[in-house]
Amino acid sequence: MSNQDTEKQEFNITVYTENQIGLLTRIAIIFSRRKINIESLNTSPSEIDKIHRFNIVITESEEVVHKLVRQIEKQVEVLKAYYHTNADVIWQELALYKVSTDVIAEKVSVERLLRENGARVVVLRKDYTVFETTGHREETDNLISILQPFGLIEFVRSARVAIIKDSDGFNRKLREFERLEPGEEVIENEYLNQGEKVFTM
Amino acid sequence: MEVAQETLTTPAPTTAVEVSGSVALLEALIVEGVDTIFGYPGGAIMPIYDALFDYNDKLNHILVRHEQGGIHAGQGYARTSGKVGVVFATSGPGATNLVTGLADAQIDSTPVVCITGQVFAHLLGTDAFQETDVINITTPVTKWNYQVTDANEIPEVIAKAFYIAKSGRPGPVLIDITKNAQIQKFNFQGYTKCNHIRSYRPKPIVRTQYVQEAAALINQAKKPFIIWGQGVILGSAEQEFKAFVEKSGIPAAWTVLGAGAIPTEHPLNVGMLGMHGNYGPNVLTNECDVLIAIGMRFDDRVTGRLDKYAKQAKVVHLDIDPAEIDKNVKSTVPVWGDCKETLPMLTKLIEEKKHTEWLNTFNEYTRKEIEAVIHDELNPTTPEMTMGEVIKQLNEITKGEAIIVTDVGQHQMVACRYARFNKTRSNVTSGGLGTMGFALPAAIGAKFGAQDRTVVAIIGDGGFQMTLQELGTIMQTGIDVKIIILNNRFLGMVRQWQELFNERRYSFVDIQSPDFVAVAAAYRIAGKMIDDRKDLPAALNEMLSTKGSFLLEVMVTKENNVFPMVPQGCSVAEIRLK
Repeated sequence: MSNQDTEKQEFNITVYTENQIGLLTRIAIIFSRRKINIESLNTSPSEIDKIHRFNIVITESEEVVHKLVRQIEKQVEVLKAYYHTNADVIWQELALYKVSTDVIAEKVSVERLLRENGARVVVLRKDYTVFETTGHREETDNLISILQPFGLIEFVRSARVAIIKDSDGFNRKLREFERLEPGEEVIENEYLNQGEKVFTM
Repeated sequence: MEVAQETLTTPAPTTAVEVSGSVALLEALIVEGVDTIFGYPGGAIMPIYDALFDYNDKLNHILVRHEQGGIHAGQGYARTSGKVGVVFATSGPGATNLVTGLADAQIDSTPVVCITGQVFAHLLGTDAFQETDVINITTPVTKWNYQVTDANEIPEVIAKAFYIAKSGRPGPVLIDITKNAQIQKFNFQGYTKCNHIRSYRPKPIVRTQYVQEAAALINQAKKPFIIWGQGVILGSAEQEFKAFVEKSGIPAAWTVLGAGAIPTEHPLNVGMLGMHGNYGPNVLTNECDVLIAIGMRFDDRVTGRLDKYAKQAKVVHLDIDPAEIDKNVKSTVPVWGDCKETLPMLTKLIEEKKHTEWLNTFNEYTRKEIEAVIHDELNPTTPEMTMGEVIKQLNEITKGEAIIVTDVGQHQMVACRYARFNKTRSNVTSGGLGTMGFALPAAIGAKFGAQDRTVVAIIGDGGFQMTLQELGTIMQTGIDVKIIILNNRFLGMVRQWQELFNERRYSFVDIQSPDFVAVAAAYRIAGKMIDDRKDLPAALNEMLSTKGSFLLEVMVTKENNVFPMVPQGCSVAEIRLK
């Protein structure tokens, strides 16, 4: 076995699924059962209506990731699962930072901060300012260390979203898929909070 | 791409009829060919049971004594009949009692559909009486599960449930139906079976190239070895498998769940694999040049230490589940697909051969094993009886025609090693999960699934006490199940490990038992206890000739060990004969 198979690195797992309640658990436990930590998880609609897309980031060896992806693909409501190294995807994370406006205005040149860190101001209020940056982990981390001395009030970073550099093939298949067999609407519980209208015993 | 449409439906109603969700469910079961349901009623499933009252002539509902018994019975039924086992349970504790059986069915790929009642949809998440989050509890142990909150969903969801449970690699499916959906009236348009789900591919596409590569490897092999598992039976590919084995002339060994796919006495059947399997199959796994694995998943009890497993061999792996390929053992050639399709393709391409010398090597190991282990186990000179001689006597009477249901532990290994199987679907046991308490309820289900066959449950004194309440099910249904308790007054397998690996520190393996014959009598089941060898043939004959169920308790040696044995963490080649 080559080193590449056994050496741990970040992998981006992309999963196309039906939009089904409970599927998140079914996919998440494939990792937790094997005591593998999910570092980032994002679920969103895909380019195709009614097909959902999971982006999952884990640090593992390729051998393990390969087996995990097969277990994921085995699930009834999973259409397709892929894995890619960071080099194979274009990815971004979004981060928000809340800082006291007074401190910022007094001690730092906001304009310089924005310019140097590719950040933009989302909200500017008398009491606080919210900055936003988008980028790789190092980039969003960088602004934390810059803002920390000035009293970073709140920080949050989104899950990673990743686009596969070479994903044209599956897009066509997916579209064909949806054209031939359109997906169904999810039936959610319309009875919740209607207790008084329902007979019970 | 094919679009799902199957013609088989309920007598197509010209106009939709207004029925309750419960009635739609039962109509669906009938179209699916269900004849037997194992279940237990309760508050949240009462509307279904109310509807069932009118379906008594079409659906045989067996009232079990515990939901775990219900699902094990469903598993036994599925294993002997080849059909889907159906189980009903109520919400909360009813549903949680299914979990062991679901896990067992999941790991042993048994098709089961469980219907659980659930509290009213508007009460979900309110900690209502007998509410439990069954869907999330059972997610890791089901192939698929789904919660129905609206009766309109029932026909389609039940159709999917049966399709998913039995197609591809089979497995358990659980459908949780809230009480309002059971009561709700809706326009029932008839029931159409499902044969396609767009996101689900039950069988991988067969790649002819791999079949050709596999055939080339097999044709060049000097010492090829076939190891097969339950996939052959689940795929109903016994004939195709036999044709492949016979044309190739390759010695073939089985996993516990594969037993009986070809008869025990077949000249190319060289025995059992794994921890307590036969000597030759284990040792020679590490000497063969091509290992052909068919419908098996390289469980750790089969492979022993993986980094010393068949390293010299090229591996051809036939499996319907792509996730099994390369999971434990890296294959040289992966033959993806249903072995009912791939085996004939392979048989066509292989040369007809006889590996006489190689087969003799197996026979030579068999001779050594008989000398060192088997002879004394089957013909003991000790005053007390051995488990092996009981199985041997049983073989002589049943001639290998009976269905043998075993529990878990020493008796299970002994029964699997020595029982003769002439027919497929004759060995029912808890393989992957190792569920003590499996045998008694599974035997009940096995008999319902194959009513023209003799069913003998072989159970240890420990395991029997885990689900003995199902004697009540036997009493009430009058089902004919023969029960042999091999009583060694110990939790034998754990005791064996403690003897071999824990310096005989017998920690909590000394188990006391009630008078089993008296317990049986309390349930109006005939019984007998024997502790003398000379009574054995007569007692077995009496058991088998008695009309109805019979419990035979056989007192066997207290401290007997099952050998051969591949100790945990050792290679299959390091199998011990003593």
